[in-house]
Amino acid sequence: MLSQFSYSDQLTFFQKIRSFDYLLLSCILLIGIISSFAMYSTDGGELLYHSKSHILRFIIFFLMMIFLSFLNIKFWHSIGYTFYIIILGLLLLASIYGVTASGSQRWISLYFINIQPSELMKIAIIICLAKYYHRSQINNINNLMDLLIPITILILPILLVISQPDLGTSILIALTGFVVLWLAGINIKYFIYSSLILVISLPFVISFLKPYQKLRILTFFDPDKDPLGAGYQIIQSKIAVGSGGLYGKGFLKGTQSYLEFLPEKHTDFIFTLYSEEYGFLGSIFLLLIYAIIIFRILRIGMISRSFFAKIFCFSFASAIFIYISVNMSMVLGLVPIVGSPLPIMSYGGSSMLATMIGFSVVMSCKLYNKQLIS
Amino acid sequence: MFSSNDSGIKKLNTINRRMFIISAAKVTVFTGIVARLFSLQINENKKYLTLSDKNRLREWRLAPVRGEFFDYFDNIVAGNLKVYQLHVVPEQVENFKNLMTRLKNILNITDKEFSRIIKKKNNQRNWETLIVSENLSWDQFSKVNHYLHELVGAKPVLSVVRSYPYKDNYAHILGYVSQASESDLLNSEIIKKNYVPGLRVGKNGLEKKYENLLLGTNGVQRYEVNASGKRIKQLDYIEGAKGQNIKLTIDTEIQKLCNQLMTGKSGSISVMDIYNGDIVAMHSSPSFDPNLFLYGISHEKWKSIRNNPLKPLLNKTISGLYSPGSTIKPIVALSALENDIITPNFKVRCTGKMEMYGQTYHCWKEKGHGVLNLKGAIKRSCDIYFYEVARKLGVDRLSITALKFGLGTKVLKKTYRDEKKGLIPNTKWKRNTLGEGWVLGETLITGIGQGYIQTTPLQLCLMTAQLANGGYKIYPKIIVNENDESIESIKSIIVKNFKNHKESKNNLSGSSDNLLWFSNPKKHEPLYKNSENVKFVLNAMFASTNEVGGTSFRSRIDNSKYQFAGKTGTAQVKRITKKQRELDYRTDQIPYEDRDHALYIAFGPYKNPRYAVSIIVEHGGSGSATAAPMANKLFKLIIDRHELREKIRKKSLIST
Repeated sequence: MLSQFSYSDQLTFFQKIRSFDYLLLSCILLIGIISSFAMYSTDGGELLYHSKSHILRFIIFFLMMIFLSFLNIKFWHSIGYTFYIIILGLLLLASIYGVTASGSQRWISLYFINIQPSELMKIAIIICLAKYYHRSQINNINNLMDLLIPITILILPILLVISQPDLGTSILIALTGFVVLWLAGINIKYFIYSSLILVISLPFVISFLKPYQKLRILTFFDPDKDPLGAGYQIIQSKIAVGSGGLYGKGFLKGTQSYLEFLPEKHTDFIFTLYSEEYGFLGSIFLLLIYAIIIFRILRIGMISRSFFAKIFCFSFASAIFIYISVNMSMVLGLVPIVGSPLPIMSYGGSSMLATMIGFSVVMSCKLYNKQLIS
Repeated sequence: MFSSNDSGIKKLNTINRRMFIISAAKVTVFTGIVARLFSLQINENKKYLTLSDKNRLREWRLAPVRGEFFDYFDNIVAGNLKVYQLHVVPEQVENFKNLMTRLKNILNITDKEFSRIIKKKNNQRNWETLIVSENLSWDQFSKVNHYLHELVGAKPVLSVVRSYPYKDNYAHILGYVSQASESDLLNSEIIKKNYVPGLRVGKNGLEKKYENLLLGTNGVQRYEVNASGKRIKQLDYIEGAKGQNIKLTIDTEIQKLCNQLMTGKSGSISVMDIYNGDIVAMHSSPSFDPNLFLYGISHEKWKSIRNNPLKPLLNKTISGLYSPGSTIKPIVALSALENDIITPNFKVRCTGKMEMYGQTYHCWKEKGHGVLNLKGAIKRSCDIYFYEVARKLGVDRLSITALKFGLGTKVLKKTYRDEKKGLIPNTKWKRNTLGEGWVLGETLITGIGQGYIQTTPLQLCLMTAQLANGGYKIYPKIIVNENDESIESIKSIIVKNFKNHKESKNNLSGSSDNLLWFSNPKKHEPLYKNSENVKFVLNAMFASTNEVGGTSFRSRIDNSKYQFAGKTGTAQVKRITKKQRELDYRTDQIPYEDRDHALYIAFGPYKNPRYAVSIIVEHGGSGSATAAPMANKLFKLIIDRHELREKIRKKSLIST
């Protein structure tokens, strides 16, 4: 042990404010603004329900994120397991008392707001596993017994989310979990084995899938087979993006979305609308901002001294990357359609809340980067 | 814990290393996404832009406005009537079933009609206009407007449909239009191109022949629509071009008189200008009302028309084949004169019958005509005389003259698909088609227009016209064309042709400095060898009508303004047995289908001929009793209308 001297305790409030990662903050703000314009466009150029509540949420959650950033990183470390267990409890609650919408029971009604615990689990699983591997010894990490606990931590929420059913979110949780395991140093052979097992068991898994999920996978391979049915979303999304061209059709001029050819345009397909209106250049710009966000998070992870902070930052950056790439690949017709929102851009309170919590943990890592956690 | 601890450093290294591996993967995936964006938005932009427009734009094609038909006096004979229709676009209706039941009650639609509409709806796309009613009565229209607020999706629309104001008068000339069928679409590119549901196209007659001119082009309304097909806004409206109007050579008043004269009878009347070939009237009886076909004719009506024994659907003027009977005699006489077989002084004694190779040939006049020369034989239509002439002439020489004067070929060429050629027999024809040699007896009966010979009424009219104009070829037509030759120039060509013909006969090496004649050497060519022969025949026809003893003497008009000349004909449809000949029934005692056809050909006014007429009354009895009196009434009107017609003609000469 080096010493009990804690550097961060010496930072005054103003120093803390000064050591915020302002590039990261402004990128988040920029995406918030872009998403507000996109949402305004989905409402057909009027400030209606979706745009209003999206902007309101963004403002509230952004302020909350800044406020939470002042919490010591130790706090996040200390609540790691509790946070996970609470969200797991909420997931359980959702599958028993949850509100059903579009064939899936994912929401818990809290009078003023509907919460989607599976979205919060995306962040809880990272904090929880990061805490677990913060203490682990690199030499015992590949012991089967030591693997059992993190795998259980990972499997439980996945099973609960799959049963909702919500394939998209469970895949995202699983991928995030695997990233943490990977970063922690789990032997590469386990990943190879488990992917082999996945491939072999795929036919069985598919036989357990709901018919609409099977259809989605089939449709992905041949969207033109049923252009008005399951392939409709992919085809219309590709048309929207493709017709955007280099410069896009212009703000509020995305005919595909304006004329309601786009499905779920304010949630999963928000990027389609954005890409149709702002074209290739706009899309590249958005992607660039996301890349900067990821880069800044990685950088914060690198300057952090605790394993918890490092593992969290690296994992969270990868999680953001996974959300973005799955969502974009999906709307561009590169992977089958599974429900997965685009961070901050997509409409949805729980998703934004989870992302903002993640950012506040990252920011806390930045403010307390010299903080050691025993 | 962050110490010199080995395990800690190892852990740190592992985490960092693996972070970099993941970062590399991230770069790869992002590159992939950028590449995909590039391929969709840059490479395939055009394709997706088209698809997006296809999504968002929808065109509604409007029915083209059909060109109209006018008669010679610019009266509309096939026009476009403004009607109120009720349109429904099914996809814009929330509850189609409710709306239709509501409409059914308001419009009093019968169950049968209702199920027809539902069937029609099921056969078309959801965004295509469904025409619930083609022709709303004023009562229905105001009722629909009254309830319109309850009938969301129903649209009363002002539209145009074909109408034939003269009903049955023009049925055969114009034909009719009706809903385009599958085969119409398959056979015509232009119909396919301009098709909209409910489009009516010509099924028959001139309506069919000039479909491409008449049809016009679609108007287009382009709308932006949303995903559920709702029209968001109209982007474009392109007015279609109306089809071309067509002007006929027909005079409706004369056409109407023809129809009147033939009331209750089966047959045909045609009237032709003997110089420019204008068909002034052309009526086939009985006729039908083409308006019946507009909205789909009812089964009962269709059956009654189709099963009518008098065959209203047949255009007898061009498709009816008849033995010309005695109306062929002027041609037989001309042919014999031209071939120098006989002279006008050639005499035959008619005793009512003659024997040849054991066969008895009868004259229509049982007691016989006594001794006759050629003029007398034409005037009294003596059969025995013409048996003799035909015997001397032979069928081959006769057929050449008959063909020359317009028998045995289609008069209007390709104008009507159903025009028949008829048949002018000769020995070669019989050998080739029947495989038998020609028999002399057949020549004899051909000489009085019986036997194999078959002609259409319009051919007889053309033959008469080409005799009446002095024996010059004319080109019959039913449509007025800007480039038509004027009567004046036709007459001058004829005069020059006459001179040239005479010169070339007198002086074989004689040349002509007439440029016009050289430029149109074939135009209005003389059909005779000696114009005197034609003059003689016309004179004999005059006698037949205007001299005592002539077969149509009773139908004559003495006023020289209206005076016409003609030749009667009575065509047997059945061989008369010896017994029947002895019984000598009156026409009304013979069963209808065994009665003779009554024919009459004529031209007038005699002093300065201008019009030719042919009349055929099927099973009408004798030509002189049934057909010739019609010519009397006809010529009065034709001559009275002549001034007016000339006025129109001269006006158009100035304007063009």
